[in-house]
Amino acid sequence: MLKDVSATLVLCICLFAMVRRIYLPKRYQVPSRFGQDKSNETLLMLFLIVFLMAADMFFEGSFISAQVQKGIGLNKILIPGTGVWVASRLLSQTPIAKLQSIYLNAYYFHDLAFFLFLCLLPFNRFFHIMTSLPNLFAMKLKKGAIKPVKWGVPDDKLEEIESFGVKKFEDFTWKHMLDFYSCADCGRCSDQCPANAVGRPLSPRFISIKAREYMFKTYPIWGKAQDVDKPLIGSIYSEDEIWSCTTCGACEQECPLMIEYIDKIVDLRRGMVDEGMVPQSIQKPLSALEKRGNPWGKMEKKRADWTKVLEKENGIKVNLIEKGDAADTLYFVDSITSYDDRMQDIARATAKILTAAGINFGILGSLEKDSGNEVRRFGEEMLFQDLKSNNIEEIKNSGVKNIVTADPHAYNALKNEYNDIPPIEHISQTIVKSVKAGNIKLKSIEDAGKIYTYHDPCYLGRHNDVYDDPREAIDAIPGIKRVDMEKCRDRSFCCGGGGLMLFYEPEEEQRMSVLRVEMAKNAGANVIITACPFCLVNMEDAIKVCGMEGKMESIDLAELIEKHIA
Amino acid sequence: MDILVCIKRVPDTAENEISVNSSGSDIERDDLVYSVNEWDNYAVEEAIQIRDKVGGSVTVVAVGDSESEDVLRREMAMGADKGILLSDDAFEGSDGKGLATILKAEIAKGKYDLILTGAQADDGAGQVGGMLAAMLDLPFASLVNLIEASDDKKIKIGREIAGGQQEISEIDLPCVLSIQTGINEPRYVGIRGIRKVASVEIPVRGASDLGLNQDSIGAAAAKVSRVDYFTPVLGKGAEILEGSIDEKVDKLVELLKSKGGIK
Repeated sequence: MLKDVSATLVLCICLFAMVRRIYLPKRYQVPSRFGQDKSNETLLMLFLIVFLMAADMFFEGSFISAQVQKGIGLNKILIPGTGVWVASRLLSQTPIAKLQSIYLNAYYFHDLAFFLFLCLLPFNRFFHIMTSLPNLFAMKLKKGAIKPVKWGVPDDKLEEIESFGVKKFEDFTWKHMLDFYSCADCGRCSDQCPANAVGRPLSPRFISIKAREYMFKTYPIWGKAQDVDKPLIGSIYSEDEIWSCTTCGACEQECPLMIEYIDKIVDLRRGMVDEGMVPQSIQKPLSALEKRGNPWGKMEKKRADWTKVLEKENGIKVNLIEKGDAADTLYFVDSITSYDDRMQDIARATAKILTAAGINFGILGSLEKDSGNEVRRFGEEMLFQDLKSNNIEEIKNSGVKNIVTADPHAYNALKNEYNDIPPIEHISQTIVKSVKAGNIKLKSIEDAGKIYTYHDPCYLGRHNDVYDDPREAIDAIPGIKRVDMEKCRDRSFCCGGGGLMLFYEPEEEQRMSVLRVEMAKNAGANVIITACPFCLVNMEDAIKVCGMEGKMESIDLAELIEKHIA
Repeated sequence: MDILVCIKRVPDTAENEISVNSSGSDIERDDLVYSVNEWDNYAVEEAIQIRDKVGGSVTVVAVGDSESEDVLRREMAMGADKGILLSDDAFEGSDGKGLATILKAEIAKGKYDLILTGAQADDGAGQVGGMLAAMLDLPFASLVNLIEASDDKKIKIGREIAGGQQEISEIDLPCVLSIQTGINEPRYVGIRGIRKVASVEIPVRGASDLGLNQDSIGAAAAKVSRVDYFTPVLGKGAEILEGSIDEKVDKLVELLKSKGGIK
């Protein structure tokens, strides 16, 4: 009985899928640069499933019809509307001899179709039926951290590795190859991918599909492997395609089979970095990071300059650990907030909040180097390791008990990729705690007419599951009106990327941040609150690009809270 | 084709704030970071690409103190086969001609089909390439932004002329070329690449190894000497455009057109 109902459902669903496959929505069509459409293959597999179900229905239906005609009681409960019921009604007048032949043929053809289906299964997207469970079982559990260059090789042994990253297909890990087999080609990743949305040459779905087709072609069932060890960049992937990814994680968040994309992209970038294939626009900031510890090549001694105005205008003296001052809490500022004229406001707002909350904090000043979150994600592992060991050592020497930052990228790196350092929290978490403890009191919203919306930064939300603290912090301001955009929380839309992504010049039709500002407008908001300096850069640029100055504004969470400290 | 590229270690203009010291005798050098001169980096990339295409070798040579070894190693990490450091206290204070003399002494000891220099250095005057060619009595072309190496007798070279036009010349080998930026896209050299060549030995040659007399090199032989550094007084000519954004844009476009900035 259960089987009859499910078989009927499967039949209907597969028929629907076939119709949808024939009238394919535009966004699922395969652009010619990514390969060929595989609809015919899919239709064949769907047809086989339909055939299997139909054969089963006629097998059972013919038997029931015979029982009815012979006046024998039915051997099962027949549910009206099921396929078996339909088949038995269709065959109600068929002579017994014919029923016998239908019964037998349905059985044989069902078997035939079944084994044909099984034989075809491993060669197309339907293989996920087999591989998805093992793939889920083998998924990476640690979010927010990039896989090591080679599993099992500790960071201090990296120099012994012959070749870095993925240069040829065979360099992928077995899990990543299993990912390629497991992709159901559903396209959810690409629907969510901001790079795809703005017309960059990247569509995560085809990272998997192109690799799978490469496997079938290079390692055929019959005949010898051919073209083995071919470089992937320049054959199935292009340089721009791989640099287009902002590592926002929307694709991974959406994938029902937990296929990993960021680790693959980073591994491919590691391979390109190792071969010297790095866009000119990123070479300068990388070299500056190596020499000065920040991507702009600004002087180390100016890293704490943002505190000078604070001391002069607000009388707040920030403890400088480089000068020998002590502190309980380290405020890890990171490069953009230390050096960018506009983003220094976030640093000052953060310092004011920490002061108001009565937290004894300090900064490393010139001892701090870039957290390296993007350095690692751009594939420069050795430089990341250098930045990381410098920062770990300075943090340990400082003797602080905990760390706070207003930069989600630094938060991610320190939380997930640094080891042996005190616990870190994002300023939004500090704010919520301080408000709850009564250490910070907030006054009513200044401009009650404005409608605020919160834009989830990728490295706070998706990578670290901090969705509620920033919202709670905002809602702690009495009288504030806040709406959520349609794409929010784990479906937040990347602003365009931070760190080195600010320097990269992508091929794209429009900016991600422009789309995001439009989303905020559609939500009815006129202020976008971000909680990341890079998001703020991109939002402010986009508001200008859209010509929405005066109609839309953006502000950092720390700035908003600081303005409302009672 | 055996190619030699002359490279120089210079303060990195992108990563330093250059200021004149209080006495005006030099720039402030306390907090500087150094790198290979940008033009030279393009020249080395070009040499590597030519070698990869037609075979041969790439040698990089630098005149400087022991710290110049860093930039030699960097270019070797890029793909240069060999590095040579020309270093001696006697070289100190050499002018352009002195540097060309030192380089000539080294180059004359080997046999190179092609000698490349950067068109200029961030801290230089763009003179060594030409002088070197004259001293070696080799043909010279400057500001080269394209090289087509076909046979081992002659190569084709390109140069950008006014209005973005391209000019192509033929030059006999061996020759000296000074390379313009933009001739290629230099590859990235990471920390890992540099560490890989960290133990490769770089021969160091001094004045006596090169058979150079004190009277042709160093401060004593220099006929050009630096006398002062200063920051020029800000001149007039800055104009702040007034009006709405559209008006400002119109005015700016007009100005750019009239001054030949855009067509």
